[in-house]
Amino acid sequence: MVVKNCLLLCPVFVSAVSHSQITRLYSRFTSLDKGENGTLSREDFQRIPELAINPLGDRIINAFFPEGEDQVNFRGFMRTLAHFRPIEDNEKNKNPPTSEPLNSRTNKLLFAFRLYDLDRDDKISRDELLQVLRMMVGVNISDEQLGSIADRTIQEADTNGDNSISFSEFIKADDQRHERTWKHRLDTHIVTYVTAGVTNAGSTGTR
Amino acid sequence: MKSLLKIFEWATLRIERGAKEKNHPLYKPYSNAIIAKEPMSLEEEIKEIRRSGSNKDLDAAPEFEMSDIFYFARRGVESIMDDEVTKRFSAEELESWNLLTRSNHNFHYISLRLTVLWGLGLLIRYGILLPLSERTIDQSKNDPLSCNFMSEKVHLMCYRICVRALTAIITYHDSENKPKNGGICVANHTSPIDVIILASDGCYAMVGQIHGGLMGVIQRSMVKACPHIWFERSEVKDRHLVAKRLSDHVEDKSKLPILIFPEGTCINNTSVMMFKKGSFEIRATVYPVAIKYDPRFGDAFWNSSKFGMVNYLLRMMSSWAIVCSVWYLPPMSREEGEDAVQFANRVKAAIARQGGLVDLLWDGGLKRGKVKDTFKEEQQKLYSKMLVGTQEDRSRS
Repeated sequence: MVVKNCLLLCPVFVSAVSHSQITRLYSRFTSLDKGENGTLSREDFQRIPELAINPLGDRIINAFFPEGEDQVNFRGFMRTLAHFRPIEDNEKNKNPPTSEPLNSRTNKLLFAFRLYDLDRDDKISRDELLQVLRMMVGVNISDEQLGSIADRTIQEADTNGDNSISFSEFIKADDQRHERTWKHRLDTHIVTYVTAGVTNAGSTGTR
Repeated sequence: MKSLLKIFEWATLRIERGAKEKNHPLYKPYSNAIIAKEPMSLEEEIKEIRRSGSNKDLDAAPEFEMSDIFYFARRGVESIMDDEVTKRFSAEELESWNLLTRSNHNFHYISLRLTVLWGLGLLIRYGILLPLSERTIDQSKNDPLSCNFMSEKVHLMCYRICVRALTAIITYHDSENKPKNGGICVANHTSPIDVIILASDGCYAMVGQIHGGLMGVIQRSMVKACPHIWFERSEVKDRHLVAKRLSDHVEDKSKLPILIFPEGTCINNTSVMMFKKGSFEIRATVYPVAIKYDPRFGDAFWNSSKFGMVNYLLRMMSSWAIVCSVWYLPPMSREEGEDAVQFANRVKAAIARQGGLVDLLWDGGLKRGKVKDTFKEEQQKLYSKMLVGTQEDRSRS
């Protein structure tokens, strides 16, 4: 089965995401893939109405596509989605992951950081911040007001005085905001189905 | 009927048992949502994000935070994983297997018994049911279609023959609310078979989009007999023309009730999508009808981008049966102070409630077209109000 092959190709997910969840997301992937060629293009994403009306829709779509490419396969699709898995589930693993899991707090914040940092120079400049702000507010706020919001935000977060926000400054700003209760808002909870009887415990079955 | 159902249940259990024995991963279709979503509005969520951080009072908090982006990012990714709209345009997936290969992805060799049963089912469907239905259609071609009062009986009989050809088992509820002359009958749309189902229980004048191919031939032959109203899609855009023709027809009390599907396209019978307001602008009594197909015996949804008409009819005639329930709801009229859109939504909610369908505000036209930018602008406006609003509070204090 195709999904089984996928599991072999992406060992990084096997610990992070359960099998039934991968199956469901694979079915979602194929239903989005109108061209039926095993990859998604930007148009396939834009066909989702709820995503098309999201002010940051285009940026989010961009996050799925690696540098300079126009198609994303299932592996890349899952890779990006894996960022949004809630963190608690990692602790249930018996084997500690060899590298940092995709849905660690740092990687989640990196995902959000990259939504701002379009040119991937690891810094959010004033212009980049303004761009994202403009996307979120549309035409409802004047340039001056938006400019002052951007300036103030950079002032608060920037510690080394280069008038832009680096990733470590971004993390620190988030640290200050969420020191007490760390309940991150970059989690989506995928509903798991109990598949009928497909557990190892049940295979000593009745014959 | 009941024996068929029992067979289906046995078949499903057999598949599940077979899968367990061989440790094959079982693909379970998701009839419910993939994600547990928390239904909070934009404002509430952003406030939550901000509040979960600082313990400062919210009014004193700065206007914008970098973490506001989290809300949009999460909503965006959630809609990528599962959204309400795109899944309405493909066939519903079933929990149990109804011995039709097309409705379950788990089909592979499980046991000899199951394969034999499936083969038998195939034989019966293609060998017996299909030729029977073809023969009944040949017979019906010879009957003339006519709409005079005396020939109403003939008209009804023709449709009833069609119904039998499709082996459709229809249950009509609340027939006392059946549409009367000079009214508009409104129903949710799943396939062209809806027309046959409704027309076999009463005479209607149809309104709709002209199709090519087999559908077009049927439409043209119907026009010769009855005063139906067919449109070109380009003409459909001229709303005044549509309204004029509809209201002319309605005012003539001797004319048959008009049958309209305000969704404008076929939806897969799990939900009711936005009703186009054109038919609700006319001052006439609206008779809502809810149609719900039983998915266990055959999937009636016509996915027009995947199957042509002929292919679709073949699939219909070779499924076990088409079982559906039709509810005639009590008539409704537009109240004072209610505009066409609100009236349309009220009717839609009644139909959805009766048929057990999800009531959606999204436009069925999204099947083929893009969503309007106005919705994005609404989101942007909401967010800007959040930002600017706090600034006004600060300037006051």
